[in-house]
Amino acid sequence: MTEFFSALASHGFLQSALAAGLLASVGCGIMGTYVVVKRIGFLAGGIAHTVLGGMGAALYYGHDPMLGALLAAVASALVIGWITLRFREHEDTLISALWAVGMAVGVLFLARTPGYGVDLMSYLFGNILLVPREDLWLMAALDAVLVGTVLALYRPLLAVAFDEEFARLRGLPVTFLYLLLLCLVALTVVLLIRVVGLILVIALLTLPAAIATQYAATLGRMMVLAVALGAALTSTGLALSYAPDLPAGPTIIVLAGGAYLLSTLARQLLPRGSG
Amino acid sequence: MSGSAIALDGVTFAYGATRVLEDVSLEVPEGEFLGIVGPNAGGKSTLLKLILGLLEPTAGRVRVLGRAPAEARHELGYLPQYPAFARDFPVTVGQVVLTGRLGRRRLLGGYGARDREMARWAMTRTEVADLAGRRIGTLSGGQLQRVLLARALACEPKILILDEPTSNIDQRVESDIFDLLRGLNRHITILVVSHDIAFISAYVHRVACLNRTLICHRTEAIDGGVIRDLYGGDVRRVAHSHSH
Repeated sequence: MTEFFSALASHGFLQSALAAGLLASVGCGIMGTYVVVKRIGFLAGGIAHTVLGGMGAALYYGHDPMLGALLAAVASALVIGWITLRFREHEDTLISALWAVGMAVGVLFLARTPGYGVDLMSYLFGNILLVPREDLWLMAALDAVLVGTVLALYRPLLAVAFDEEFARLRGLPVTFLYLLLLCLVALTVVLLIRVVGLILVIALLTLPAAIATQYAATLGRMMVLAVALGAALTSTGLALSYAPDLPAGPTIIVLAGGAYLLSTLARQLLPRGSG
Repeated sequence: MSGSAIALDGVTFAYGATRVLEDVSLEVPEGEFLGIVGPNAGGKSTLLKLILGLLEPTAGRVRVLGRAPAEARHELGYLPQYPAFARDFPVTVGQVVLTGRLGRRRLLGGYGARDREMARWAMTRTEVADLAGRRIGTLSGGQLQRVLLARALACEPKILILDEPTSNIDQRVESDIFDLLRGLNRHITILVVSHDIAFISAYVHRVACLNRTLICHRTEAIDGGVIRDLYGGDVRRVAHSHSH
């Protein structure tokens, strides 16, 4: 750990990595709160994996992979949203199919992409140590968009997340708000995928919020707690991985999983408070 | 009190080939407290969904406050039989009641002073004001029903529609809730679905018995014969008072 802190002071790439982790925690904590309370972790996973298909296609045709990722993410968010609204009884099958096919298409395109091979592992687990400075600004801008949208629509989004039927009877645009929520999740996935990788996006979208829901009494407090937990977990994971030269992403994920397990056990064993 | 709050005219509804409701005509005048009873799968919840405009009749016409149900929807307060939300959702009682104000304000931004005032009034009326800061998952069944009633009242409804409001709570609380409804009925038309004719007939003005078709809709007419028609079994004769 001390080795990490002395390295942090002298190495710019570590400072960028730390900043990337903190910025990722903000977006993931806010959107993760909706993912957890609305129980759409599986939908988020489907969106995240379909993104790989878009990135692969963009690389193959010689475009910016982030453009492909963005188009694929928004398209899959809308398709998955439409599936859950229209074909709820086949929801899991259809999303599983989209998940697997999206990823397979990505791998096929990557295999056929001319030039030196694109590393699939870097899309799955990312490399937080290689985040360019300009990506940090992009992440900060995304966080600003997410915070702004959630502040403006906090109450109707709460109503839709809490009780869709009641929100519909009150005349709220439930379908629009639901699809907007999925598109915001998709946006979060896209902008974080190059930085922290597909798997870490899903881990950060679900685990800090899942821990937070055990302690927070309101959605707002849950968001704040999830962001704080995400920040603590990514920073600690980064620090722990540095000295033994472990990959940072998987270290953060294992740490987050362990924290969730411990928190759940503690809640089961200790008497419940009023929350 | 004049005019009709709800008017059903020859309403038939079918899920595919299965007819759930057949030629139901019913008029609910403004200010009435109407009970709807009938066996499970007798079409009670379907009838409510038609009134709420969540379903469209296969034949016939539904009018609510003289308009199509979907247009009159914001004038209705509704308590579903099974809450459609997760009990462990991180939300407080006060926040839930305030969501009752959402249809009456613009989408962006916060609640106004009148929204807060109406929510506080609704919580006071249903005696849950002191629970405002509590997380929804910590409430008892009876408290939760009162909170959902407060949310419905925060909508400032002209008509209150309740689907088995007391099916999951104990009997003493059941009387409390119906006493409360009787008070609210001075200003609001109330439609309540129940499985317990004997109990609700002490409160309601009229009972509509529904088993695919409307079998009767007068309190006085319910006797052993009607109940046998309705439930198809040998039901012990129930005593009921005519307090209205």
